[in-house]
Amino acid sequence: MRSISFNTVKKKVKAAIMDAAFIAGDDLMASFRRALAEEESPLGKEILNQLLENAEIAKDKRIPLCQDTGLAIFFVEIGDEVKIKGGLLTDALNEATKEAYGDAYLRKSACNCFTRKNTGDNTPAIVHYDIVKGDKLKIVFCAKGGGSENMSRVTMLKPSDGRKGIEDFVVQRVWEAQANPCPPIIVGVGIGGTFERAAIIAKKSLLAPIGKRNSDPELAEMEKSMLRKINDLGIGPGGLGGRITALDVKVIMEPCHIASLPLAVNINCHSSRHAEIDF
Amino acid sequence: MKILKPPLKREDVEALEAGDKVLITGTIYTGRDAAHKRLVDLLDSNKPLPFDINGSVIFYVGPTPSPPGRPIGAAGPTTSYRMDAYAPRLIEKGLRGMIGKGPRDANVKEAMKKYGSVYLGATGGAGALMAQAVKKAEVIAFDDLGPEAIRKLEVVDFPVIVINDTKGNDLYIENVKKYKKG
Repeated sequence: MRSISFNTVKKKVKAAIMDAAFIAGDDLMASFRRALAEEESPLGKEILNQLLENAEIAKDKRIPLCQDTGLAIFFVEIGDEVKIKGGLLTDALNEATKEAYGDAYLRKSACNCFTRKNTGDNTPAIVHYDIVKGDKLKIVFCAKGGGSENMSRVTMLKPSDGRKGIEDFVVQRVWEAQANPCPPIIVGVGIGGTFERAAIIAKKSLLAPIGKRNSDPELAEMEKSMLRKINDLGIGPGGLGGRITALDVKVIMEPCHIASLPLAVNINCHSSRHAEIDF
Repeated sequence: MKILKPPLKREDVEALEAGDKVLITGTIYTGRDAAHKRLVDLLDSNKPLPFDINGSVIFYVGPTPSPPGRPIGAAGPTTSYRMDAYAPRLIEKGLRGMIGKGPRDANVKEAMKKYGSVYLGATGGAGALMAQAVKKAEVIAFDDLGPEAIRKLEVVDFPVIVINDTKGNDLYIENVKKYKKG
């Protein structure tokens, strides 16, 4: 067994959460520049330039990229030969969240559903675990804003709806969302599994670098097809009209029940903030 | 580029057209979901609002906490449709401008026309950039709501674009139409 200390996990995760709030990823910055080159609308170009400038200010002055610093979401792959010494892994992630959101002056956005009273420290974090072989621990943090999450949907299609039914639903969802989720967006599509599994893999699909195509040729083709159709909608940066409505579309597909075709569309805003921490 | 200096008169906003780029300098107030519910609850019970709504501009934002030495953290707009249920009541009381992102519903657009108010779009997800235009921030009501408390902001050249004017025009609808294929 390999032993990793609770405090080591907490410390590294805390630092990663803070950086993610202030520093836009290289893939995201590159996608803004590509979008700027392709955008035809003058207003759309202006918005994209503002996003590039925003990222510079955020990095230089350590001001969050967006005031919605999100709920804290973690995807954890823990090797079957790893033991966390000194406490529970979930507790380490929650403590890292609490400290990072406090110390870095990030917004605490977690609240009670009915009273709307803020929990005060942005916990509980939302954690998804996978047990894998080996002695490694990989934690991917994702700060997910509410505006784009609100535009996301899960649906149970009929098997006969097939690929066309899936593409139509995804494109229609983006159309209905319009300017709400802060376009240019990144669209995560989870196909298969069950009701809840589709949503989890849709969110997981958003973690892959922008511009990287699926390794499955059919799914890669679907990603390209949906991206083209979404960008034909004309919503554009900021929803003010233009060519670039989405920076990318990501698909993960898993087997499903013979009666079902579960589909989840998880929309991410352009402030796509994540960080990978490897132990 | 047009300049707005709140408090605004009806004719100030009637002079604006969808698509106009505007810089705001002066006092604006923050308010989002929970604060809107409380404002409308106060109106329902005939109690005074915590600021003079007549001629005012509300910015739909829940900023990040101010770090030492800065007036505010990141401060970009939140999605406006969640305030649609409350906005017409405030517009009726003289609210002249709302700053946010995303489309408004028919009732809000109708109230804007009837009472003279405009909906101004700010760039979503540009919270660090927008914060540069905020020079002062002070919580004036509902402190217990944390990020959702009402703040009085002093802004200089705060950049927005007119989405809905008082004549019923909608910049989102008009512009998306221009670029939609098929």
